[in-house]
Amino acid sequence: MADTSSTSGGLTLPQQRQRAAFWFLAPMLFALFCVAAWPLGRTIWFSLTDTTLSNLYGGKFIGFDNYLSMRTLSSGKVIWRGTLVDPAWWNAVWNTVRFSVVSVTLETLLGLIVALVLNAEFKGRGLVRAAILIPWAIPTIVSAKMWSWMLNDQYGIINDMLLRLGVIDQKIAWTANVDTAMAAVLLVDVWKTTPFMALLILAGLQMVPRDIYEAARIDGVHPVRVFFKVTLPLIRPALMVAVIFRMLDALRIFDLVYVLTPNSAATKTMSVIARENLIDFDKFAYGSAQSTLLFAILSVFVALYIWLGKVDLAGDGGK
Amino acid sequence: MSIITGRALRSAAFGALLAGLGLPALAADITYVSGAVGNAVENFKSLVKPWEEATGNTVTLVPMPASTTDQFGQYRLWLAAGNADVDLYQTDVIWAPQLADQFVDLTEAAKDLAPQHFPSIIESQTVDGKLVALPIFTDAPALYYRKDLLDKYGKQPPKTWEELGVIAKEIQDAERAAGNPDLWGFVWQGNAYEGLTCNALEWVKSFGGGQIVEPDGSISINNPQAVAALELAKSWVGTVSPGGVLAYQEEEARGVWQTGNAVFMRNWPYAYTLGNGDDSAVKGKFDVVPLPTGGGNDTSAATLGGWNVAVSKYSKNQEAAISLALYLAGPEAQKQRALNESNLPTIVALYDDPDIAAQQPIIPRWKDVFLQAVPRPSAPTKGKYNEVSSKFWSAVHSTLSGEGTAAENLEVLEADLTDLKGSGW
Repeated sequence: MADTSSTSGGLTLPQQRQRAAFWFLAPMLFALFCVAAWPLGRTIWFSLTDTTLSNLYGGKFIGFDNYLSMRTLSSGKVIWRGTLVDPAWWNAVWNTVRFSVVSVTLETLLGLIVALVLNAEFKGRGLVRAAILIPWAIPTIVSAKMWSWMLNDQYGIINDMLLRLGVIDQKIAWTANVDTAMAAVLLVDVWKTTPFMALLILAGLQMVPRDIYEAARIDGVHPVRVFFKVTLPLIRPALMVAVIFRMLDALRIFDLVYVLTPNSAATKTMSVIARENLIDFDKFAYGSAQSTLLFAILSVFVALYIWLGKVDLAGDGGK
Repeated sequence: MSIITGRALRSAAFGALLAGLGLPALAADITYVSGAVGNAVENFKSLVKPWEEATGNTVTLVPMPASTTDQFGQYRLWLAAGNADVDLYQTDVIWAPQLADQFVDLTEAAKDLAPQHFPSIIESQTVDGKLVALPIFTDAPALYYRKDLLDKYGKQPPKTWEELGVIAKEIQDAERAAGNPDLWGFVWQGNAYEGLTCNALEWVKSFGGGQIVEPDGSISINNPQAVAALELAKSWVGTVSPGGVLAYQEEEARGVWQTGNAVFMRNWPYAYTLGNGDDSAVKGKFDVVPLPTGGGNDTSAATLGGWNVAVSKYSKNQEAAISLALYLAGPEAQKQRALNESNLPTIVALYDDPDIAAQQPIIPRWKDVFLQAVPRPSAPTKGKYNEVSSKFWSAVHSTLSGEGTAAENLEVLEADLTDLKGSGW
């Protein structure tokens, strides 16, 4: 900055452009700092203190005790404490991973099918495309509540329909039963987010040049083969980006679980357990440590995904 | 509705007039947050009307989810953020030790009113000499039973939990055979939340199994009577109680009950008036008795509930808010609540009130239930109560859903609570 006046005349065009670009980006960087970097830094800081909600500014630095600490009792027995040895936390991690993998897989497959259908030319396509987005447009809290009523065991419509169809012979307590709770959450999530996947994949499909299909048809290539040899490789970049978006969303799932099965150990996810500690149990620092771990897990995951999947997030085609 | 709107407009106009004249008595708009079940929202409007007219202030009720666990999370967040939008909080009887720092001390303001209440309830809301909240009604659950069905099969209301299971099964089987396929024997609150702690505490205590953490702070939950109590409760799930009871809170249980689909229900007094409403399928067909005992023990137990009103330290209208708190905790409002919502008063004299005795005959009778009320261990466990309760309801919920036996789960629970307690609560 200090040397601007003396050397600005000597700047090359690319340098001037870079400087201008910086000033155009500055407001956004500032906003990002305020809404992303600062809260994240605060959370990490809180996780290293003994802060409680009733005393937000009076926490003292205690190092990594919220993550892992060792204490030797007078009897000589050594006990370990902290999130990293907390079975409830690892249960939540396992729930989250299980939920994410299953839901994203299902959503990708269903989304792909829906996108292929919507990519075909038929009458009223615009209307169907708009209609299919409705589940995605409903706020999650609303759709979760709606589904929790539909899944209610005594007066829910799902049980009623299944009973009338003779699929089940007695009412199932979907959200209460440990065996079906996760399935219920998955069902609602798949219903809600498949349209999102379909939309992103559809965007990818529309980039595929029509003449490739024509060439394949003239050569008499089987449609299934066309799909695997032509369509899939061409939409792969879009698909990979869609999957990582969904995966990041799924790994921090909160609202759906909180409404459908708030306290069931079978569905408690990392975000749910972190909130529980932050707010309900007045263990603000401990909850912050769990939020920090959640962030760390997400970062590692994204890094691995980009590296292993060679995802081109920069969009410059690997140049 | 139009009358109410008209009055509200007039009082608003009156307030505006005062403001226009520059008089010191400026009308304040007080915000009151409260969980809402049944007709709570409509009833609250008529409840505060006299106060609004007398003071020229207005009250806005912000209804919150019915689950006390959900309310607590939100309130804690608002209070930690120093939210000035909310003046008054309706607080659960167990919250006082956890939120004491955030509320105004009402000792001085309520020095005439407080001695009229049950001393034990005032004591539960006093933390280190500070009166954190004023009681507006108390709660103790009872056993609702279908008089018509019990008469039909020549049964008396059960005295023990074991008996309850037998009667429930018998009537349920007979009624289903007679073409009533949706009938269940017994509904209660089995969702994993604070309500399950209340239900399970009653089973354990009435079996003579203590109260999870005793008043002196010792952890007593791992004992044979508690195991027996939970095993019995587990045997109900899927037999006399629907499997979905493990996701029920108060309103779901009342839903099944009030549509005439349950022989017995464990619930709070609010369900009495609603059950006798015109849209109720069980109107006039039911009665209540104290909860049963079990395991050869001879005293039953009802978890002490109840709601209080606390003034936020961050309120900008503290004077008006305190005045409203005193009104809501006073005899006039408590009587109206008793008449309209069958809420139990906390003012001793109201139990002898002739109007209440005439219109809500169950309230004087509830004194028996109240005498056997057992507090949740919020006093000895202080700030860690929520975690204690959560660990307890999780252990109970696991047992009821068949994840491990009662003995195994209570043993783990004891170890967890010991860890949590550390060197002291």
